Amino acid sequence: MTVNMGPQHPSTHGVLRLVLELDGEVIQSATPTIGYLHTGIEKTAEQKKWQQVIPLVERMDYLGAQSNSLAYALSVEKLLGLEMPQRVKDIRVLIAELQRLASHLIWLGTHSMEIGAVSMLFYAIRERELLLNINELLAGFRFFPSYIRIGGLREDLPRGFHEAVNAFLDRFPKKLDEYEGLLTKNDIFLRRTEGVGVVSREDALAWGLLGPIARAAGSDYDVRKYFPYSGYETYDFDVPTATEGDVFARYRVRMQEMRESVKISRQAIRRIAPSGVWACDDSRVVPPPKDKVYTEMEALIQHFLIYSQGFTVPAGDAYVPVEGPRGEHGTYIVSDGTNRPWRVKMRAPSFMAIQVLPKLIQGGLIADVVAVIGSTDVVMGDCDR
Amino acid sequence: MDAPAIVNALGPIVCGAAYEVGPSVDFATIYVPPDRLVATCTALRDIPSLRFNVLVEVTAADYFPRDPRFEVVYHLLSIPNRVRLRLKVRATEKGTVPTIQRVWPAAGWLEREVWDMFGVVFDGHPDLRRLLMPEDWEGHPQRKDYPVQIRKAAQIYEPLEVTEEEFRANLERDRVKRAH
Repeated sequence: MTVNMGPQHPSTHGVLRLVLELDGEVIQSATPTIGYLHTGIEKTAEQKKWQQVIPLVERMDYLGAQSNSLAYALSVEKLLGLEMPQRVKDIRVLIAELQRLASHLIWLGTHSMEIGAVSMLFYAIRERELLLNINELLAGFRFFPSYIRIGGLREDLPRGFHEAVNAFLDRFPKKLDEYEGLLTKNDIFLRRTEGVGVVSREDALAWGLLGPIARAAGSDYDVRKYFPYSGYETYDFDVPTATEGDVFARYRVRMQEMRESVKISRQAIRRIAPSGVWACDDSRVVPPPKDKVYTEMEALIQHFLIYSQGFTVPAGDAYVPVEGPRGEHGTYIVSDGTNRPWRVKMRAPSFMAIQVLPKLIQGGLIADVVAVIGSTDVVMGDCDR
Repeated sequence: MDAPAIVNALGPIVCGAAYEVGPSVDFATIYVPPDRLVATCTALRDIPSLRFNVLVEVTAADYFPRDPRFEVVYHLLSIPNRVRLRLKVRATEKGTVPTIQRVWPAAGWLEREVWDMFGVVFDGHPDLRRLLMPEDWEGHPQRKDYPVQIRKAAQIYEPLEVTEEEFRANLERDRVKRAH
């Protein structure tokens, strides 16, 4: 029997369509169809100025918004040859880790809701709300703050930022214990997840699954350790791994990752002074301070140029990956030396995960499809771009 | 590991391939002739000193009106050696690039997307269909000569307008009248 699952299906995380060939309850084959959320962001980005692309890329992987913009900003900064001050690096690390927590919370909530633990969603959303409040504090926007900019950050940290972050970091580990108490030894949860959707380490790497899925299958690849960016080499943290490669292993890896993120965030917030530099001092990219704009002609001209024409980026191409919530995020950018990008391509971890989805669910039961999709933590905005 | 070292390691395995080291700011970039691509990729994966075991990304860039207009870009990663590598293959509008799906299965959808967006044909690809665009879409949107931000009059649909008589008649139509 052929069953059409999606695109409008509550557990397909947006608009993923799967055509399942069934023999009784067993899946013979599956064909994913994607593209329902294709919005042409990469094409649109070619019409924008470099800085204007930041809000666009944040809308690709909408749950891990700021790891998109971090990847993009790092790539452009690589072409420009910019080096960020230490404080900017630390704030970026903190923001990236808080974003990972926010994204993993949505994964935890939806994934466990889909396999029966409905109350988990409310708990996860409750803590994510605090993270969105921090985003609102930062930039006045909860989902897509566009706070990370090429050349640094949008502005200095707001008042009350440290208090909000510290309050969250004090509260969160206890809540994480609570979540684990609900799920980790829950018999129903174990039966739905253990031995389901298994992928081996070799397969995961051959199919390009860099991220929590590969780490749950035994790989220790984490961009933060292998190719440190933004000063991750100075932080003390572990990369959680598992070897089983099933849905439950992915669950444990992500739960452990959240604890590591808290660890990194604590180190970062301790390093960040409440006020200080928030951008590099390159006058090509960063507008001059306001008091100079009002008093000096050159500064006024520079300010005007940056906001009207934008800045130019030397011709060439660059790809700088970051470890996003779903795996290796990276933006391949090509510049032709003008004030607009020639090509922007986001490496989408969800895209790779959906490509391998038929392999994960083949031979399994139809009820497990939902568990496997949830465990791959795909975001269709990231997949379709 | 820089680009000349990788080219030297490839030299004895892949015979007669004219590699070209490209400029780059981040990691080694090598231009590969299309007919040597599969042999090069297999060698990059299998030579013990290189071991590029992950295909991170396949994408392309359109340098219209330059000829050959496309550059297909492959990002490789060697986890054991902690090295990244970028391969580039030049492609003309009519020419084809061989598929590397047999070397890394991950190339399947990535190459499909490149065909969908740029119209670069991958020779030997078993399933070269539209991926992100609808099945019946014409053209390849990421090409530089594909129109973008064109101004076109919006299609206007008349709002539903009913007169009071029609409205009343409509209300009455399905009502069953009963005698007292």
